[in-house]
Amino acid sequence: MKKFLTGNEAVARGAYEAGVTFASAYPGTPSTEILENIGPYKEDIYAEWAPNEKVALEAAIGASIAGARALAAMKHVGVNVAADPLFTYAYTGVNGGLILVSADDPGMHSSQNEQDNRNYAKFAKVAMVEPSDSQEAKDFVKAALEISEKFDTPVLFRMTTRICHSKGIVEFGEREEVGIKEYEKNIPKYVAIPANGRVLHVKVEERLKKLEEFSNTTELNRIEWNDKKIGIISSGIAYQYAKEVFGDKASYLKLGFTFPLPMKKIKDFADQVKKLYVIEELEPYIEEQIRAAGIDCIGKEVIPRIGELNPDIIAKAILGEERETISFDESKLVSRPPTMCAGCPHRGFFYELSKKKNVMVTGDIGCYTLGSAEPLSAMDTCICMGASISAGHGAQKAFNKHGVDKRVVAVIGDSTFFHTGVTSLLDIAYNRSNTVTVILDNRITGMTGHQENPGTGYTLQGEKVPFIDIPSLCKSIGIENVKTINPLKLDEVSKALDETLASDEPSVIITRWPCVLKKPTPEDIEEFGNEKFVCEVLKGDCKGCRICTKTGCPAIEFDSNIKKAKINEDMCVGCEVCLQACPFDAIEKVGE
Amino acid sequence: MSDVKNILLVGVGGQGIILASKILSTGLMNAGYDVKMSEVHGMAQRGGSVTTQVRFGEKVYSPIIGKGQADILVSFEKMETGKWIEYLNVKGKVVVNDYEILSAPILIGKEEYPRGIMEELKEKTDVTVFKAADIAKELGNIRTMNVVMVGALVKAIGLDNIDWEEVLRNTVKEKYIDINIKALRKGMEQVK
Repeated sequence: MKKFLTGNEAVARGAYEAGVTFASAYPGTPSTEILENIGPYKEDIYAEWAPNEKVALEAAIGASIAGARALAAMKHVGVNVAADPLFTYAYTGVNGGLILVSADDPGMHSSQNEQDNRNYAKFAKVAMVEPSDSQEAKDFVKAALEISEKFDTPVLFRMTTRICHSKGIVEFGEREEVGIKEYEKNIPKYVAIPANGRVLHVKVEERLKKLEEFSNTTELNRIEWNDKKIGIISSGIAYQYAKEVFGDKASYLKLGFTFPLPMKKIKDFADQVKKLYVIEELEPYIEEQIRAAGIDCIGKEVIPRIGELNPDIIAKAILGEERETISFDESKLVSRPPTMCAGCPHRGFFYELSKKKNVMVTGDIGCYTLGSAEPLSAMDTCICMGASISAGHGAQKAFNKHGVDKRVVAVIGDSTFFHTGVTSLLDIAYNRSNTVTVILDNRITGMTGHQENPGTGYTLQGEKVPFIDIPSLCKSIGIENVKTINPLKLDEVSKALDETLASDEPSVIITRWPCVLKKPTPEDIEEFGNEKFVCEVLKGDCKGCRICTKTGCPAIEFDSNIKKAKINEDMCVGCEVCLQACPFDAIEKVGE
Repeated sequence: MSDVKNILLVGVGGQGIILASKILSTGLMNAGYDVKMSEVHGMAQRGGSVTTQVRFGEKVYSPIIGKGQADILVSFEKMETGKWIEYLNVKGKVVVNDYEILSAPILIGKEEYPRGIMEELKEKTDVTVFKAADIAKELGNIRTMNVVMVGALVKAIGLDNIDWEEVLRNTVKEKYIDINIKALRKGMEQVK
C-alpha cells in the first residue's frame, strides 16, 4: 500500500512497523505530529505527552531498559532540555532499542534559534541517522532501532522542518512484533556512578570504532556514480536539493548514517572525483570532520551556514545560475504578521498589562509571546521554556539589591508552566522575590495546535484523568498569594495586577479561560458556557478615538474615511474586551 | 528536472489552502505521478501567510519550488500574489481570488491596503482574476472557496483529464460532496 505522508507521519508509521511499544514526547514545531500520529496506534503502542523533553526521554529510557523498543521525539531546543539523560544513556547503552527524534528548524520557521543538532551525536557519542524524505523517515526508524540494539547505543534520529512537514509517497510494510527483551538487573551497566562510568567510557570508545566500521559498509551510506568531474557529499534534505540542481551531472555520496561518518568510504569517493563539494544545511558538521581527516573539499566557503538551504542557493553558489523572474516592487505591499486571534483570552490581560508603568515583563514560549508585538508591546524578554519565571526572579532580585524602583511580571502559559515553570516558581517560593508570576491558563497547549497537558484532564490517547490544579500546586510549594481571575474582565485583571505589584511577597495570578480555537470539553462547557455573541460598534456614538484598535484585535478595523471603528462579525466571538476598552460606550454586545 | 511541474498556492491561514493542496496531490498521486508537497505552518493559524508547494512529475527531488520556477501561482488573497510573484516562471500563469484580507497594520489604520496590484501584474504575465468567495457564497457555503480555486487551477494547468470529482468523493465529508463538486465545476468555468 502507498500513502502520501509527511516525514512526521512516516516516522509514526515506522515506529508502528518496527515494533515500538513506548513513545513519549513534548510538543514542539516541527516535531509535534510524530506523537499525534503514533497516538492512534493504541492497541500496539503506548504513547504519551510528557511534561517536558527531559521527562519524555527519561521515560523512553526506562522503557528501553525494561526491554521495550522506545521512541522519544522533540524539537531541536527540546534536546537541550533532554541533554542530561542523553549523555549518560550514551554510556550505559540500551536493552530494547531507543531512538531520540530531533526535529531541527533551519530558517527558524517557529523557533528561537537554528542550532544544528547533528553536533549532539558527536558530543554525546551516540549513533545518528538522517532521513532525506518521507520514505526514508519511515524506513530509517526500523534501521535505527536495529542499530541501537546491535551496537548497544541510543540513536539520534535527526530531521529538519522540510523533512518533517513535506509530503512524499511512502510504501507501507507490515508491523513486526519484537515483543519485550528480558530485563536483567545489571548494576555495572545501568548504575552510572564514577566507578562504573570509567569502565563504560572505555566501552563507548570501542563502540564508536565498531560503529565507524558499520558506517563504511551500511547501505544507509551509498554512492551514486555519474560524471566524476563533480562529487557531492550530502545528507538529509540538502541531498534532495543537490539532486535537484545537478541531477545526473554529478556523483553523490549520500549519507543516511552520519555519526560516526564513514571516513574510508568518504576517502574512496574523494579519490575518484575531480572536485569535491560538501553540501549541508547550517553547520559544517560533515565538512570539518572530512578536513580533519586531511581530505580537501569545498563547503562553507560557498554554501551559507545561516538559514535554510534550497536548490536556488546551491545553483547560484556553485554554478552561478539564477532563473529569470518577474520584476515587482514589493515595497507597496503590507506585512502580515501573526496576531492573537479574535477572542484570544491573552488579549485582555496584555491590554491591561501594557498600561502598567515601571514594569519589566519577562515572557516565555507560546502564543502569548505575541504580547510583545504591536500595538500591545507588553513583553521585555523571551529566552526559553520556563525562563520567564526564573529570569524574572533574577531581575527582581537585582533591581531590589541595587535599589532600582522597578517591578517584574513573569508571564507563562499553562503547558510551559508544567514544562519547566514549576521548578522556576520553586526558586521564587524558596528564595523569596516579590516577582509577580502570571500563569496564562488557556486550558490547552495552544501554540503547537492543541495538545493535552497535565492541566487539561485528558491524555494523548484520550483517557480521562485527574487534572493538576494550578492554584493548589502554587500554594503547596509556598506561594501564599494566589489569585485566579477571568482575563476577559479588564477591571479584574487591572485590580489583580495593582494588588500584586504593591506586595512585598511572591504572588501568582492565574488567568483562566479556554483558547478561543479549542474544541470545548464537557468540563469546559460546564465551567465557561458555550454561548456565541458578537460585538457591534454604534456608529453614532463612536468618536473615532481608535482606543479599541489598541487591543490589537484582528476583528476590529478602523475606517479612515468615516473615522469610525468597525467590527468584522464573521471573526468576532463577543469576548467584550473592546467593549470594555471603549471610553464612550460605543460598542455593544448583540446575540447571534 | 525539466519534466517536473510546480504549483504554488498562497493565501492566509483559515482559507482552506492545506485541504486544497491535499485534494490536488491526491489526484496527482492517483494519476501515477511522483508527488512532493511542502507546507509552511505553525504561526499561520494566527493570521499569518500560508503557502503550500506541490511538485509532480516522473521523479521529484526537492519538495520546494525555487524563484522563477512555478508553472502556476494560485493566490487565495490578492495582496499575497505580489509577495510570491517572483517564484513564478516568466512563462507561468497566475490565478487569483479577488478577495482581500486586511492584515494587522491595515486594521489599526497604520497602513492602507495596496491598490493596483492586479493591473500591474496583468501587464507582466498571464493573470486570471475572479471572485471565488462570491461563487462559493452563491453555492451556499463560503468554505468551498478553496475547491472553486482548485477547479480553476486544474483547468489552467491542463490537468482537467484527472477525475477530480472522484478525488473529492474520497476526501471531503459525505454531506459536503455535492456542494464541492459544484464548486469544482464552477471553478473550472472561470478559466478559458
